[in-house]
Amino acid sequence: MIEVQGLVKSFGAVRAVQGVSFGARDGEITGLLGPNGAGKTTTLRMLYTLMRPDAGSIHVDGVDALAEPLAVRRSLGVLPDARGLYKRLTARENIDYFAALQGLEPAEAKQRADALIAALGMQDLAGRRVEGFSQGERVKTAIARALVHDPRNVLLDEPTNGLDVMATRSLREFLRGLRAAGRCVLLSTHLMQEVAALCDRIVIIAHGRVVADGTPDALREQAGTALLEDAFMRLIEAAP
Amino acid sequence: MTPALVVYLKECRESLRDRRVLLNTLLLGPLLGPLLFVLLLRLIVSQEIERAEQPLPVVVIGAERAPGLVAALKQMGLVQKPAIDDPELAVREQRIDLALKVGADFGADWRAGRPAQVELIYDSSRREAGSSVDRLRGMLDAYGRRNGSLRLLARGLSPAIAAPLVVANHDLATPQAKGALLFAMLPYMLMLTVFIGGMWLATDSTAGERERQSLEPLLVNPVPRDRILLGKLLACATFSTTSLLLGLVAFSVAGHFMPTEQLGMSLALGPAFVASVLPVMLPLVLLFCIAQILVSAFAKSVREAQTWLGLLQLVPVIPSIVLSVVPVKAELWMFSVPLLSQQLTIMRLLRAEPVPLSGVLLGALVTMIAVVAVFLLARRHYASERLAVST
Repeated sequence: MIEVQGLVKSFGAVRAVQGVSFGARDGEITGLLGPNGAGKTTTLRMLYTLMRPDAGSIHVDGVDALAEPLAVRRSLGVLPDARGLYKRLTARENIDYFAALQGLEPAEAKQRADALIAALGMQDLAGRRVEGFSQGERVKTAIARALVHDPRNVLLDEPTNGLDVMATRSLREFLRGLRAAGRCVLLSTHLMQEVAALCDRIVIIAHGRVVADGTPDALREQAGTALLEDAFMRLIEAAP
Repeated sequence: MTPALVVYLKECRESLRDRRVLLNTLLLGPLLGPLLFVLLLRLIVSQEIERAEQPLPVVVIGAERAPGLVAALKQMGLVQKPAIDDPELAVREQRIDLALKVGADFGADWRAGRPAQVELIYDSSRREAGSSVDRLRGMLDAYGRRNGSLRLLARGLSPAIAAPLVVANHDLATPQAKGALLFAMLPYMLMLTVFIGGMWLATDSTAGERERQSLEPLLVNPVPRDRILLGKLLACATFSTTSLLLGLVAFSVAGHFMPTEQLGMSLALGPAFVASVLPVMLPLVLLFCIAQILVSAFAKSVREAQTWLGLLQLVPVIPSIVLSVVPVKAELWMFSVPLLSQQLTIMRLLRAEPVPLSGVLLGALVTMIAVVAVFLLARRHYASERLAVST
């Protein structure tokens, strides 16, 4: 469970995030939806404690992220905007590296890695060096590596970016599986279809602010439109 | 397993699979110095040997007319080649360097005490023949002087009358001096080995990690950033030390191929040298590695990092140049300056001179303080938000 209150972050004169508040519940997929440059990535970076907010608070499973960043990182699985893998290591070695950094025992790490490799359908890839992987294969490896410690909360920054239809579809299946397992899934995207297909709740961000927050149905109702896309456009344009 | 160890093992494993790292650490870094040394020393020495000891093959025409002269020249190193028909043409066509022609009247003139003529046939525009011509002329001069003196003595005169001026040659560019200058560079060669050995890993694991966008995912793990830094530093130092060890062994082996006796020098390049230089250099290995990591962490790309490190690697040459140009007497305070301290120590070990233990320990201590200071700087930079975000 993730709770965010009044997040503010500026880079010099640029006010990237100006008072973002929302919540993401366990057993749900929450979508951070907004146009490019709306402040989604910056918000996520503050959530996974890479950046420190100028103001506001973040709690993950009730733990204050600003006071105890290491504890919070242990309960988070993160697919950041930057997905760089280690090219000279195999997929499994990439996963094992993060498992060891998370403090997993070798036996446990192997069991988790095997389970994720099976769940993501990457048995054929595991022993190969990452160099030469396709975009979809790289995202799979990056997700397996991010979730190797079985985190209760999963943050994904534009997870389907650059994926083909097949890869997108299997990734969505995988995320639904996480939801079914009671995980709190929070993803950012600028794609309408993504939230429509996946999300239980939508947080729309524009110009560093939350302009709407609710279920897809509630948002359609709030904007007075039948289509989610229209609702999205109307809500963003209505924002100050 | 502690996080620093996890990072260390991963960096080592990844680097062992990188051909560029292996090339630099195991081949280029360790072998560059010794190879350069052997080649340069051989060049210096071979020039000297050529001048002094090598037999000098000369075509002699009319040798039968001056058996005494030819016998004396042979004693001085001349190798008589059989006469040929047209020596002028042979020199012009570069078939021979020079020829000596004994005049037809040589025997008669010699016996009569008149100046007897020999001709030197050569082409002064051919530089490579110059030293041979000089040597033969020197031999002829020596023979002439000796016989002139004998003739004066036979007439009851002192040979000193005919030698009003004596020139003593005092060429400062002796092989010893040239060799000593070269050996003042040996510590720098070792430092360069250390530098090159760690450079690829330092740039690849910091600037490279950033450039390939793998730093942000790494920093999301619940590991304090200074542990990550420590792991990378130790991996870098391991490769650097490997490079140094291989370089020292290579120098030790190359010592057998260095014509040091001919230069009148004795160098202690044996196992004892290797065993004592290694601990002396270890604090410097750490200092180089952490400095490289700090510089690379500021760079936006591997290429930029390498540009900066290319400048940084010139810093250790300063004490080498200072010491070889201004031969100062080593005082204790000099041992407290990182780089200078190790330089002085290695020079003394090289000449098998006693090394003041207090100086070595002082050098190690100050160098380690510098390591900690640079580590803290790097840690501060690693803690900043800007580091992770590559865009």
